[in-house]
Formats: sequence, structure tokens, C-alpha cells
Amino acid sequence: MSTKKSMKKSVKKNASKVTKASARKTKVAAVRKGAKAPKRVVAKAARKGSPVASAADFMAHAYAMEVEAAERYAEFADSMEMHNNREVAELFRKLSRIEQRHADQILEQMGWKQSPLTSLKVRWEGMEGPETADPTELHYLMQPYHALQIALHNEKRARDFFAHLAKVTKDAGVRKGAREMEEDEAEHVRLIEAWLKRTPKPDPNWQTDQDPPVLSD
Amino acid sequence: MNSPAVAAPLTAQAFKSDYKPIWCPGCGDYSVLSSFTKAFAKLELRPENVAVVSGIGCSSRIPAYTTCYGFHGVHGRSLAAAAGLKLARPDLTVVVASGDGDGYSIGGNHFLHACRRNVDLTYVVMDNHVYGMTKGQPSPTTEPDWDSKLSPGGTGLRTFNPLVIALAAGANFVARAFAGDPNGTAEIIAEAMRTPGFSFVEILSPCVTFRPEQREWKQLVRPASVPSTDDAARAARRLMTDDGMNIGVLYQGERKPYQPPVGKGKKRPSDLEAEFAL
Repeated sequence: MSTKKSMKKSVKKNASKVTKASARKTKVAAVRKGAKAPKRVVAKAARKGSPVASAADFMAHAYAMEVEAAERYAEFADSMEMHNNREVAELFRKLSRIEQRHADQILEQMGWKQSPLTSLKVRWEGMEGPETADPTELHYLMQPYHALQIALHNEKRARDFFAHLAKVTKDAGVRKGAREMEEDEAEHVRLIEAWLKRTPKPDPNWQTDQDPPVLSD
Repeated sequence: MNSPAVAAPLTAQAFKSDYKPIWCPGCGDYSVLSSFTKAFAKLELRPENVAVVSGIGCSSRIPAYTTCYGFHGVHGRSLAAAAGLKLARPDLTVVVASGDGDGYSIGGNHFLHACRRNVDLTYVVMDNHVYGMTKGQPSPTTEPDWDSKLSPGGTGLRTFNPLVIALAAGANFVARAFAGDPNGTAEIIAEAMRTPGFSFVEILSPCVTFRPEQREWKQLVRPASVPSTDDAARAARRLMTDDGMNIGVLYQGERKPYQPPVGKGKKRPSDLEAEFAL
């Protein structure tokens, strides 16, 4: 089997593993189904002394986090597709679908008929959500290995975010939810690490382009 | 700005067209596009009530990537086209997208007079301190010592300071945002659109292809330590010590937007159209 074919197979296999693991993500028993989405929340969840106010706030932020991550991966997929890097585009597209599925599961879990984002004012401690990929990490010649490294970094950030939130919150419901999310994110980290081990490492000269776009170098 | 629509609010996604953006991977303009659509959704606008007008350059591709009305105009002339549109169709919300080359060089004179006229427009300039589309020439905001094959040793020219110019020329709203903060940028754009008159938003939008060092901007930018002011003199004093990395709204004035004089000779767009009919 060619490297490309085996990589595609690996991408599919691992994507389904991550999805299954994530299905448990939204099982936050402490959060009441049908809880009203918060009108306005200042998302300084990770800042000491000012955690999210309630379990419903927490889930709204978890939802925002997943949506932002899904949108960013979709943007990456579009960008890679436009630059004819289809293999990486496909991987980002899958990651986007996975994150969107998590977001949809949160809506379902909470019994929210519509996205809480229309009324939620989200401001993260950093500039973006803890699971949102940094666009400046992209390269038009990047390979699946690089994309997985980006995903791994984001899953680790998400895990650490929930771990910290669980530590600083005074709300028992938020703590329980954050602990469960932390466990799920930790599982994602392990899955992506395993996925990376099976993914060919890029050639040291992967960035070499015989016809580069930059004239000013 | 036109009144928010009464229909159910649309999501940001509803303002994104099916065209996939043609920008380099990692370009800050992706996030600016996202901020545009988030701002439109936040203001509960409808695509048919918004027009996005642009000039030429990477940033000026934005109209095609939205579901709003769009006009991809002539280099440096986006403000002229947008002002004409807004005066002819005051019911539309008109947003103008530009870059530092398009907006501050060839379009520099239009920028000055748009600030002075104070037509109800929101002018968003994606500033990456370089002409990206034409492969890396220095722009008016390029540092004087930026060394490249196209400008060996740097241009040695003093940089253009867009916020100072906007304030001095009379813009009613002046702000700086950062592409790496799409949610914050969306809020600033929305606030600019809510403010009557000419609103100017400068967005630091990294060009990772020709200015890879701009990846560091995310470590350098910071929220301005003081709130916005309606006192132009105070805002000007703040700019004296500004290093170009403070983000947020600097100035929000109360000038009445320009309205065309109403008189006997005033013609409606349909009258003008009739004159041009063959």
C-alpha cells in the first residue's frame, strides 16, 4: 500500500476513535438538561478567582470552545484545499467535523434549541479559545504529521484549561463538569499521540519549494 | 447605519459565501473575514442590507467571501465608491475593506477627505506593512529599516501613522485591532458600525509570507490600558506615546454624519440613471 493510501486509512481510523471518545465528553451529570443559556458571561474562566459562574455558563463556554475550534479547522481545510494540499485539507476537515459534533452534542445535552452564542459574550483569557488552532502555524507544504502536531497542541491546551478550571472553581457542578472534560481531553491527547506515532515523519526538507512564492528572500 | 432587521438573527456563517478565500495559509485576513461576519451577525443585519466595498490587494478580496452586496473597485478608490453608494443608498450599511498599500498610498488622499467628510461608513484597513499581492514591496507603514531584495537596506522613509492622520483629519471613530483576536476585532468592528459617521478601524493583520516576523505580533499586542475618549486632544496625546501595539477603541466622537444638501436641483438615482440610458 502506498504511503498516501495508508495515511488516509490511518486518518479515518483515528478520526472515528477520537469521535467515540468524545461522545462521553458531554455527559456532565451535574448539568441540568434544559438549563437556560446565560445571557452574558465574561469568559475569564481560567483566571484565578473568577471562574465561570455556573454549570450552564460552563457548558456554554465549552460549546463556544468547540465551535471556535471547528470553524478554525474548517478554515484551515479550505486554505489547504486552495493550495492543492488535499491530504492535509482532508485531515483538517475531519478534525473540524469532530469538533462540530462535540458542539452539537453539548446543545443536545443541554436541551438548547439554538446556539447560546447569539446571547453569549465570550472573551477568553487569551485571545482565542483554548482549543482554537493558531493560523500562523500553517504552511502550504505542511504534511499530516504537522497537522496532527497542531491538533495535539490544542488538545493539550484544552485539557490544561479544564484542569485549571476544575482547580479554581468554587461551584461543584462546574468542577465536576470540568473534571470530566479534562479526562476526555486527556484521552484525545493519548489518541493523537498514538496517531502521530503511526504517521510518517516529514522529510527534513519538506519546506523546499523549487518555485517559491517569495521573491524578496 | 440602517436599523437592525426584525427577522430572526442570522449566524456569522450565514454571511460567508461559498467561495473559498484565496490567501496564503496563515494570513491574518482569514480572521478579519471571520470578524466581519461575526460583527454582522452581532448587529443582527441581513446580507441584503449590507454592502462591502473594496479596492485592490489581498485584503480587498473580502467582498467576494461574504454573502453581502460587494464591489471590488479600483486601486485606492474604495472610499470614493463607498461614499457614493452610501449617499445614494443611505438605507444600506456600507463597510469598506482595504489594506495599507491600497488605503494609505494610492488611496491616501481619499482617506484624508473621507475622514473630513464624515460620511457614515466603516473603513477597515488590514495593515501588514507590505504589499503582499505584488510580492513584497514596502508600503507606507513599512519600517524604514526593513531590508529586502526589493528595498535593499530599507526605504529610510518615515512610516505613515494612520491613527494620527485619521484623528487629525476628523474621523468620528478611531480604533486599532489585531487579526489574532477575532472576537475582540468583531466587537470593535461592530462598535465602529454602530457609531454614526466615518469610523476607521486599523487591523494589524500579519503577512506570514513576506513578513514572517509578524508572527511575533501576537506576543506584542496588548489591550490599551485606558478606555476610549471623546476628546480628540486627549486621544492625540495618547498617540504620542503609542508604539503601534495597543489595541482597542481610541476615540469615539459625536460629529454629525455628512448629509448631502437637499435642494431643488437634487436628483434621485433613477433620474441619473435615465440620463445615462442609451
